[in-house]
Amino acid sequence: MNSVTQDLLSIVADFGGKFEGAYNIRQDCQSVARQSTDNVKIENKTDGKPGIDIKIAPNTKGENVYIPACITKSDVDDLVYNDFYVGENADVTIIAGCGVHTDDSEASRHSGVHRFFLSKGAKVLYIEKHVGTGIDDGNRVINPVTDAEIGEGAILEMDTSQLGGVSASSRKCTIKLDKEAKLIIRERLMTDFNQTASTDFVVEVNGEDASVNLVSRSVAKGNSYQEYRSKIIGNARCTGHSECDGILADNGKVNAEPALIANCKDAELIHEAAIGKIAGEQILKLRTLGLTEEEAEATIINGFLK
Amino acid sequence: MLEIKNLSWTAPDGRKIVDNVSLQIPEKKLIVITGPNGSGKTTLAKVIAGVEQAESGQIILDGEDLIGLDITQRAKKGIGFAFQQPVRFKGISVRDLLMLAGGENTTQKQLEETLYKVGLQPEKYLHRDVDAHLSGGEIKRVEIATVLLRNSKFMLFDEPEAGIDIWSFNNLIDAFSSLKKNTESSIIIISHQERILAIADEIVLLKNGKIAEHAPKDEIYPRLFCMNSENCGKKRCGCPKEVRV
Repeated sequence: MNSVTQDLLSIVADFGGKFEGAYNIRQDCQSVARQSTDNVKIENKTDGKPGIDIKIAPNTKGENVYIPACITKSDVDDLVYNDFYVGENADVTIIAGCGVHTDDSEASRHSGVHRFFLSKGAKVLYIEKHVGTGIDDGNRVINPVTDAEIGEGAILEMDTSQLGGVSASSRKCTIKLDKEAKLIIRERLMTDFNQTASTDFVVEVNGEDASVNLVSRSVAKGNSYQEYRSKIIGNARCTGHSECDGILADNGKVNAEPALIANCKDAELIHEAAIGKIAGEQILKLRTLGLTEEEAEATIINGFLK
Repeated sequence: MLEIKNLSWTAPDGRKIVDNVSLQIPEKKLIVITGPNGSGKTTLAKVIAGVEQAESGQIILDGEDLIGLDITQRAKKGIGFAFQQPVRFKGISVRDLLMLAGGENTTQKQLEETLYKVGLQPEKYLHRDVDAHLSGGEIKRVEIATVLLRNSKFMLFDEPEAGIDIWSFNNLIDAFSSLKKNTESSIIIISHQERILAIADEIVLLKNGKIAEHAPKDEIYPRLFCMNSENCGKKRCGCPKEVRV
């Protein structure tokens, strides 16, 4: 892998020179490093699509699986399909960040389509960081798609963040939950300059006693624009909570459209949303602790996106 | 020592809320400012802290006039201020806020001791966010803790008792009593609460933005809480000697 990839990996996957466990490193549309373990097998897809199948054996415990993708130059358009098959009662962490680097005003794009199939009792912590770097704000585009089927009693915990430098992003998640399954999504998003970002979460809760918790926090600075759409569909006795908080700075704009659809009288669905600038009282409090106005704003935003 | 000279502040609608107030708060002294609602107590506190800018007057801390300084500069010079209505922060933990207050060299022991002083168990609170999951009373105690930990030359607490339950209030009284004994700082507490008034060195009665009375506690306190009735020391009895607040 080249040095740009190494730099991007350090940001999106805490890369310190090597990964422990199973990994596949994708650089500019191809795999440049791969390792399987006894319990985690990574293989090229056999259906003709670019990408890999990741098969995690039942009862695998405590292993990390790294599936990062990096674009290291301008004028690259990458599309990849990664499918994760997680065996019964496995408990693993999957780190799948993406970094896009451009050298000039030519655009580069990464579109990653990740599908998850969690068997009964499986537990996955899925961490996905996105970042853009480069000299020029050269249309760095990241379009992640996440489709998941969460089996009986399984848990998918998804921690996503877009750290900056991404010119445009479009996130689409479609997730279905079986009986007693659990979904937790934490999204952190910051846009600046003329960047745009859109998020679409569609969650179908089909099994009894399943639960969903979506928390999205975003900061829109500069002239950036964000769209947030979430839809929780309760088709059975279940609980669902959606929370969307946005901080506006400069001329940033946020359009949030949360939706709750209860198709079962025992579905308990809640939504909370708050969008606005940083409260003046928060700035004042931190200033009484000796912070400048700028330091106070940065502290509030960093905490909010933590 | 903090010295306030001829301090005034007028509301945008023209009402004079703080009217030519002068006060001296020596080191190691605790002064409680009391008075009826709307008498200008909180505004006076905000003007001292720099949250509101004075229309005229001086605020002199250890010989230096702070009147032209903003909130941050005053905080750095040694003004500590606990708001009456603390704010909440999503994503900032109690530990984060206390570290901002105490500085990066603040030790775990200092964090824990400060939380104990305000009646919060560190193991239950340090990791929690200062957000809507904390009750009003808990947030209030965290707010007070930020000022105690900061240990500024001058500490100003605006109605620290508001929203605090009786058990925590007992801790708070102990904390202020201990602070008074052990600190080198000057302290102002704005309060209506008898037990806070009772630990003051001096009491200032503010009415219509002006100082109506300023005297040692032993002189003014008996008249605030009349000692002649069966309610003595517990609540105002309404006798003619009482100074109504």
